[in-house]
Amino acid sequence: MSQIILEAQGISKSFHDPVTIPVLKNISFSLNKGEFVSVIGKSGCGKSTLLYILSTMDTDYEGNLIIDDVSMQGKDEGELAIVRNEKIGFVFQFHYLLNEFSVLENVMLPGQKLGKYSPKEIQERAYQKLKILGIEKEALKKPNQLSGGQKQRVAIARALINDPLIIMGDEPTGNLDKKNSEIVFDIFKELAENYGQSLLIVTHDNEFASRTQRIIEMQDGSIIRM
Amino acid sequence: MNFKLIQNIAVSLLLARWRQTLVAAIGVTFSITMFITLLSFMSGLNDLLDGLILNRTPHVRLYKEIKASDFQPIDIQSKKTKQYNFIRSIKPKSERLEIQNSAAIIKNLKSDSRVLGVAPKVTAQVFYNVGVIEITGVINGIDPEAENKLFFFNDYVTEGNFMDLKNIPNSIILGKGAAEKMLAQVGDVVQITSSKGERLSLKVVGFFQSGLQDIDNVQSYASISTTQKLLGESNNYITDLQVKLNDILMAPDVAKEYQRIYEIQAIDIQTANSQFETGSSVRSLISYAVGVTLLIVAGFGIYNILNMMIYEKMDSIAILKAIGFSGKDVNRIFILIALSIGVFGGFLGLLGGFGLSAIIDQIPFNTNSLPTVKTYPINYNPKYYMIGTVFAIITTYLAGYFPSRKASKIDPVIIIRGK
Repeated sequence: MSQIILEAQGISKSFHDPVTIPVLKNISFSLNKGEFVSVIGKSGCGKSTLLYILSTMDTDYEGNLIIDDVSMQGKDEGELAIVRNEKIGFVFQFHYLLNEFSVLENVMLPGQKLGKYSPKEIQERAYQKLKILGIEKEALKKPNQLSGGQKQRVAIARALINDPLIIMGDEPTGNLDKKNSEIVFDIFKELAENYGQSLLIVTHDNEFASRTQRIIEMQDGSIIRM
Repeated sequence: MNFKLIQNIAVSLLLARWRQTLVAAIGVTFSITMFITLLSFMSGLNDLLDGLILNRTPHVRLYKEIKASDFQPIDIQSKKTKQYNFIRSIKPKSERLEIQNSAAIIKNLKSDSRVLGVAPKVTAQVFYNVGVIEITGVINGIDPEAENKLFFFNDYVTEGNFMDLKNIPNSIILGKGAAEKMLAQVGDVVQITSSKGERLSLKVVGFFQSGLQDIDNVQSYASISTTQKLLGESNNYITDLQVKLNDILMAPDVAKEYQRIYEIQAIDIQTANSQFETGSSVRSLISYAVGVTLLIVAGFGIYNILNMMIYEKMDSIAILKAIGFSGKDVNRIFILIALSIGVFGGFLGLLGGFGLSAIIDQIPFNTNSLPTVKTYPINYNPKYYMIGTVFAIITTYLAGYFPSRKASKIDPVIIIRGK
C-alpha cells in the first residue's frame, strides 16, 4: 500500500460573478507517493481551477484538502505559503523567472526562503538540479538570454530545489514546440521513475497524458475517469 | 537569513529600476535639504531678532516704581469694619528712585544659585546740549564688565572700546543717532545737563548702535560713578538691578519671589517682551509647515514610483508567492524599497541641508540696524537634522505602506492564469 500524499475530499467551487456558476462539483480523489498523474479535459472544464485549489493558492472553495496528512482548512495565508514553499513545486505554462536574477539565483530562491540549508549547500543543490536538467552551463546567465525550452527547464529546477512532495504543472508544455515538449516530458518521466517524484500535470495534450501513469479526466467540473 | 533574502530581492528590484529610484530619492533629498535649510535659516533669523531685544533685556529687572501706595491712612481706621473706602486723586508721595540697600541686595542675588549674574544700573534723564538746543536723552550708568558679560555690550559698541568707560574718567558712549545729531566724533567732549540742572562735560569714547533707531537716538552709556556724579547722588545710588538667570523660563517665578522678598518692583522678561515669543513661534510654525509639505510631496513621488514598480513586477510578485513567499514577505520587500529610498535620499538631504545652510551662512548681509551681523544668520541646531531624518523615514514608510499592502494582496492565481 503506497502512501497517500494528497487527498481532495468533496471539493466544490463556484464563481459568483455575475451569476453563480459551479466550476467544480464535489471532487474527491487521492494521489499516492511517486505517482505521475495527468489531468485532462476540455477547455473550461475546471482542471486548472482544481490545480490552483490543490496548490493552496486558491482558498475560496468548499470541501477539504489534505496534503501530507495535514488539512489545509483554516490555515492562514502565511502558513499556506510555507506549505507551498516546502511541499509543492510549480511549473507553469509561462516560465515566470525573475529577470533581475541569474538562472542559478532563480533556482536558489525557494531554497533560500525555506532556509533549511546553508547558502553554500543551496547553491550546491541548485547546481545539482540544473545538472539533472542538463542546463548547468547556463547557470550564470540571465533568464532572458535563454531559449523557451531552457527557461522551462530552469523553472522545473526551481520547482525541484526543496525536494517537494509533489510537483504541479499547469500546461507546462503549452508554450513549447514539439521537440522541447518532448524534452520536458522526458524530464518528468525521469523524475518520476528514477527519483520517485510525484507529479500532477494539467494538460490538454492527450498524447502527453497517455504516456503518464494515471489519467484523471474531467468534464464540466466533475471527474469522469480516474 | 530570511531578512537577507528579502533584502537581496529588494535590492535587485531597486537596481532594475534605478533611474526611477534615483528620481524618487532626489525628491526626498531635495525636500530634506529645503526643510533643514529653511528651518536653520528661519530660526537663525529668529534668534537674531530675538537677540536684538532678549540678549539685552535682563531676565528679571528689579526697580523702584513711583506709584501711589496701595495702603492709605484711612485703611488703618476701617480695618475691622465692613466699610469700603473710595479715595480719589491719590498722588504718590515724594520718593527717590533709588533702590534702598542695593549693596546688600546685590550680594544676596549673587549668592542665589539660579542667578547667572547681576548688573547694577543707574538711569538718568538728561539733555544733550547741541549749541543752544537741548535734546532729551537717557544716560545709563553701567558697570561695563558686568554689562558685557551678561548682555553682550561690546557687540553694540561700533566704534571705540567699551572698557574706556571704566578706564577714562568722565567718559560716555553715545548712541549712534544721538551722536549724529550732535555731530560728535570719538574724542570730542559733549555737554550734558541733568534733569536737576547739573552740567557736566563728558568725553566721547565710543558709539553705540543697538539696531533699534528709537533707542540709538536717545540712549547713551556712562559708568555708574559718572552717572551718579551727574545726578549729584552718592555712590550707592542704584536705580535698576538687572538679573540674568541660568534658565530663562524660571524668570516669572523668580521675579515674583524677589518682589516679595525685597519689597521692590520686579518684572520678568516674558511679561516685558511677550510679543517676541509669539512672533518667533509663528515664524517657526510657518517654516515647519512648508518643510512638512515638501516632504509630503516627496512622499507622493515615492508612492507613485512604488505603484508603478508593483504594476511592472506583478508577475514577479505572483511567482514569489507561488513558490512560497507570504504576503508579509512581499510587503516587507516593498517597505524595504521605500525605506531605502527614504534613508538614502534623506541622508543626502541632511548633507545637502548642511551644505546649503553653510553657503547661506557665507552670503554677506550688511544692514545699519544690525551692526554685529555680517552674513545671513543660520542656526545649526542638530534638532532640525533629527526632525528631518525622522520625517523622511516616516513619510517614506507611509508612502511605501499602501503600495506594499497592495502588492501583498496580489492574488497569484489571477496573474498566472491571466497569461
